[in-house]
Amino acid sequence: MRVTPDDVRHVATLARLSIPEGELAPYVEQLNAILGHMEALQQVPSSGAAAAADAARPGMALRADVVGAVPLTRLPTEFAPAMREGFFLVPRLATHEDAGEGA
Amino acid sequence: MSRSLLDLTAAQLGAAVREGRTPASELLTASLDRLAETHAGADGLNAIVHRVGTDDAAVQPLAMGPLAGVPVAIKDNFATRTLPTTCGSKILEGWVSPYEATAVRKLREAGAVVIGKANMDEFAMGSSTEHSAFGPSRNPHDRRRAPGGSSGGSAAAVAAGIAPIALGSETGGSVRQPAAFCGIVGVKPTYGRVSRYGLVAFASSLDCVAPFGRTVDDAALATEIISGHDPLDATSAAHAVPAMRVGPGPLAGLVVGVPKEYFPDSLMPEVRATCDRALEALRAQGATIREVSLPHTPYAIPVYYIIAPAEASANLARFDGVRYGMRLEADGVQAMYGATRAAGFGAEVTRRILLGTYVLSAGYYDAYYRKAQEVRALIARDFTDVFASGVHVLFTPTTPTPAFALGAISDPYEMYLSDIYTVTANLAGIPGISLPIGRVNGLPVGGQLLAPAFDEPTMFRAAYALEEALGAEAHR
Repeated sequence: MRVTPDDVRHVATLARLSIPEGELAPYVEQLNAILGHMEALQQVPSSGAAAAADAARPGMALRADVVGAVPLTRLPTEFAPAMREGFFLVPRLATHEDAGEGA
Repeated sequence: MSRSLLDLTAAQLGAAVREGRTPASELLTASLDRLAETHAGADGLNAIVHRVGTDDAAVQPLAMGPLAGVPVAIKDNFATRTLPTTCGSKILEGWVSPYEATAVRKLREAGAVVIGKANMDEFAMGSSTEHSAFGPSRNPHDRRRAPGGSSGGSAAAVAAGIAPIALGSETGGSVRQPAAFCGIVGVKPTYGRVSRYGLVAFASSLDCVAPFGRTVDDAALATEIISGHDPLDATSAAHAVPAMRVGPGPLAGLVVGVPKEYFPDSLMPEVRATCDRALEALRAQGATIREVSLPHTPYAIPVYYIIAPAEASANLARFDGVRYGMRLEADGVQAMYGATRAAGFGAEVTRRILLGTYVLSAGYYDAYYRKAQEVRALIARDFTDVFASGVHVLFTPTTPTPAFALGAISDPYEMYLSDIYTVTANLAGIPGISLPIGRVNGLPVGGQLLAPAFDEPTMFRAAYALEEALGAEAHR
């Protein structure tokens, strides 16, 4: 698989990077050189290895599947100007019909 | 202030302040004087890029703990509330965090005083600290050479005597490699042992908070202080923190594995000879030396340089000109994102974001990313199998060569190869330590010990014994 200038333009767009046309060529060349070394992985028989290893990996921190409070360094009540029933109260947007009534 | 005060260990300095023999302000002044002295001139170390002033309120010790008044340097990718956190990048120029990293908080609660933020390769992507918006740091042993990276500023600060302890971070060896280049001790704890809360993310499945010390004891002390479960980091492990300052002692019953893949025929002969002397010292302490094999080692660099950039491409998406740091105005929001990121990131970060986005994109995900994850699992299994066979720790060189000259390596993949002996521990999540074992052509050489997950005490047991056995020879 060879990386082309179009590939670099495409991934730059995905990655929100504006790369000038004049600077594309070195990236094309470097990505091809780097990915060339990655081809060695295709020689390794590895099917299913990831799933088996994940199950056996020691020390992996797993949380229980329950909904709880999000841990924060400061409680929301300490930095929110106002709260009601667990939600932040904020000024109404001016575009709302009843703007001016306040929160 | 005399250099001799700064030559004391962190443990000794903390005791001196706690017992009232030395005022904390004297340590701070000594540290900042040393910083000024080593940073002067065109070949200054450039290790510390944001520093405190002596009148800052933040430089008062919070407590008379084990690190009372001890100056520490913090890598520029840890959130600190008074000094800027810029990750060596233009895109975060001047940014000050509204919160503090857990590891920094724990050091300060033990009494440590943060004297500055240390230079680094931009967003921790590099092995030489040459990829920093602040310019390269220099190796205190030879200022024409790199201190290693990406935590090169932290390593140089400790080696130069500015601080006895510093915080760095590891994704593929970014503490062990500069520790080896600078002749100090660097510890990569088990993944999950130390909270990553407040460490700016590079590759979240690999990133570890990792301390430096000039001695094994100081490195063990720092590791012990920053370890422990933290509800603010979902990947923080619930394991109890064992005593890590186990001290030197005989190694009877300890089996040290020597993986043959880390000693190829191409290994620099002087590095091999230095490792042989270290193994002989371990044997003399009572350890049994056994050759072992970690057969998937040759694939570690390709695996790492797929997984790490892939995760980085997602983690660095947040630096978009809206939420953090600099913004370049442009015609429309997409153009603003693109212009800001292109101007804010350096060439190495841009290259890795492009690489990471490519290997995750449709049509290439299975060939690269999924394959790399599978081979990563095989690399981890190699370690599990060796440790299950009765080996307690592994010994290897930390790096293939001593410190290279600044500017000597321009090919990105050649630079990646300097991590060849360190990335495996990050991929497997196991702990590792690099300590000085000798010199080649006047430059320090590091030896690496690796242990099973959450068995830092055994790793430190071997490291203390090796440090004591080698003594002055390690620094000759």
